[in-house]
Amino acid sequence: MTDRKRTPRKPTARTSRAKTAPVEVGSDAQGLLDFYREMLFIRRFEERAARGYTQALIGGYCHLNLGEEATVVGLMSALQPTDYLFTNYREHGYAIARGIDPRRIMAELYGRVDGVSKGWGGSMHMFDTAHRMLGGYGIVGGQIPLATGAALAIDYRSGDEVVMCTMGDGTTNIGAFHESLNIASLWHLPIVYVIINNRLGMGTSVERSSAEPELYKRGAAYQIESARVDGLDPVAVALAGKHAVEVARAGRPYLLEVVCERLRGHSVVDPAKYRSADEVASLKEHDPVHTLAARLVAEGIADEESLLTLDQEVLANVEEISAFAEASAFPEEQTLFDYNYATAVPNDSRRLPGQPLFVTTPTSGADQ
Amino acid sequence: MTLMSYRQALHDTLRSEMLRDENVFLIGEEIGVFEGSYKITAGLLEEFGEKRVRDTPIAEEGFTGAAIGAAMLGLRPVVEIMTINFSLLAIDQIVNHAAKIYGMFGGQAKVPMVIRTPGGGGQQLGATHSQNIELYYAFVPGLKVVAPSTPADAKALLIAAIRDDDPVIFLENLALYNTKGEVPNHDTPGVIGQAAVTREGHHLTLIGYSRMAHVAKKIADQLADHEGLDIEVIDLRSLRPLDRETIVESVKKTHAAVILEDDWLTYGIGAEVAASISDGAFDYLDAPVRRVAMAEVPMPYSKSLESAALPSENDVIQAIYQTLDAIGHRRIKTGPHD
Repeated sequence: MTDRKRTPRKPTARTSRAKTAPVEVGSDAQGLLDFYREMLFIRRFEERAARGYTQALIGGYCHLNLGEEATVVGLMSALQPTDYLFTNYREHGYAIARGIDPRRIMAELYGRVDGVSKGWGGSMHMFDTAHRMLGGYGIVGGQIPLATGAALAIDYRSGDEVVMCTMGDGTTNIGAFHESLNIASLWHLPIVYVIINNRLGMGTSVERSSAEPELYKRGAAYQIESARVDGLDPVAVALAGKHAVEVARAGRPYLLEVVCERLRGHSVVDPAKYRSADEVASLKEHDPVHTLAARLVAEGIADEESLLTLDQEVLANVEEISAFAEASAFPEEQTLFDYNYATAVPNDSRRLPGQPLFVTTPTSGADQ
Repeated sequence: MTLMSYRQALHDTLRSEMLRDENVFLIGEEIGVFEGSYKITAGLLEEFGEKRVRDTPIAEEGFTGAAIGAAMLGLRPVVEIMTINFSLLAIDQIVNHAAKIYGMFGGQAKVPMVIRTPGGGGQQLGATHSQNIELYYAFVPGLKVVAPSTPADAKALLIAAIRDDDPVIFLENLALYNTKGEVPNHDTPGVIGQAAVTREGHHLTLIGYSRMAHVAKKIADQLADHEGLDIEVIDLRSLRPLDRETIVESVKKTHAAVILEDDWLTYGIGAEVAASISDGAFDYLDAPVRRVAMAEVPMPYSKSLESAALPSENDVIQAIYQTLDAIGHRRIKTGPHD
């Protein structure tokens, strides 16, 4: 087989402004403030979601991006609106940063018709075609082959788009990770794989689960360029993400490891008893939202008062968002079979529990 | 109509669909340079090139998932999984992803893809290479599962599967590849979800799919010629959706049914068919519904044991006569019941 080379790509012009605008990272005061605003919004949104969970307005599993905010906004700033995102079940922040109406994200958490996935997906399965966020996936690593296939489709059509596929640190140990990175490199696919290393897969540390704990090094096995970046610094993440996306757009996959924090348990209901008091104290100290606020003040970009005002605005906004979600209707029972198939076929079973296969009528038996 | 083999019908259909729609591409292990383990894709790499006939690494989960992702963006991949046994390596992608994506995201993304894969024992391939596990997929809402038994249906249902916007598991069978039949020259898609009455009769209904539909037809023809029996034969063709109406209407007429399947008996496809008959034709039955399935063992290698484990034509004929005896019929040749 011949080694197929991709034609170098040119970045396409932005056709519309996403919620996270691309910034001239590193030097731009407005860019930093935009990052902060977005990070704070995600923080308050997630805290409100946690409250909604304890109010029993949100069911199932609920994994939050608390501590991951700098990583979220940095990564999303690296993408064009025409690029695709595949992610996992800890994705509310990514949906927000991708530009999806946060009211529809909260409505999905509440299981309502106005939800991004119309109440079918819930916390783990956010999807929005318009913003090219192609899921939220609940099975660890399930998104990796899919994202690789999306990159294959782009390549097939000689498109300019890039796929970003995020995953947790524990995900690097499943077979689909290896299979997909191997395929992406063999076929020169335009994809950025991002490992969000918050150092814990549920309660299992990276050191206890990965023989090579410096996860970015795994790129070498596939001849994929890779790097590790501090996920608590949005500017560093944005720069690393931008480079990764450029490499992918030129036709080579990339592996980026972003080291960040998970401020709370694996999900809303996990008290994280496996963490020491020292660790918890350290987490607070390195909280990316607080760290960036301090930096904004120290560099004279904002003052305490304006940040407090901003926080109050965000809190009020988040309350409106949850009110919208709570006011949205539950899906009607008669819509239960609306998405059985995209192409209708005869004999599709549309029966509620207990309904007979055939309507029986009293009979004295058949004729012989 | 042209007389051709099941293999040729599949090959020609893949080719014509690729010529018709440039979004259709083939992906799988050894389908290109090697021309396919069973040579279904022979010559297609040469004709269409690497972009559209894609040899993959040995990575069923990876390439099946990649096909799903490509389908989400509007391509129409036709995946070849070398045998259905290896589909277990990809079952997370098939069951947790291909089958879920359309519903789980509220209808926002379609997955127009086909997974072609052969089942079948009888080739002395042993326990891990002789299974018939189509049930695993027929069980799952969101998938469509078809199992054609003739070259004509193989063509019609493959066209339908490729043009369908849902993931379709297209079950082939090693023992059918060389069977021949008349195939229409036109490219009319078949209907997924519809069984066929391949022989009309009134003594008993014989039901099968894939290889066993072929066997059912053959036995019914033999018994008609030599024993004067008039057996109705149903080829299920589609396992999901399952055409219960056709099954039940037939049993209402014949009052008895024997179900043939190459999979294991307990919880097998036949169990669902039998339950459907119970629900829809309970008052019409004159005998218990019988199932003829594979013995419940991992398939042995040795020919003597393999033959014992697989349902034979004699096993089927025994089940037919026992059922007819149960309802008071006697063999025509042995005269009236005394």
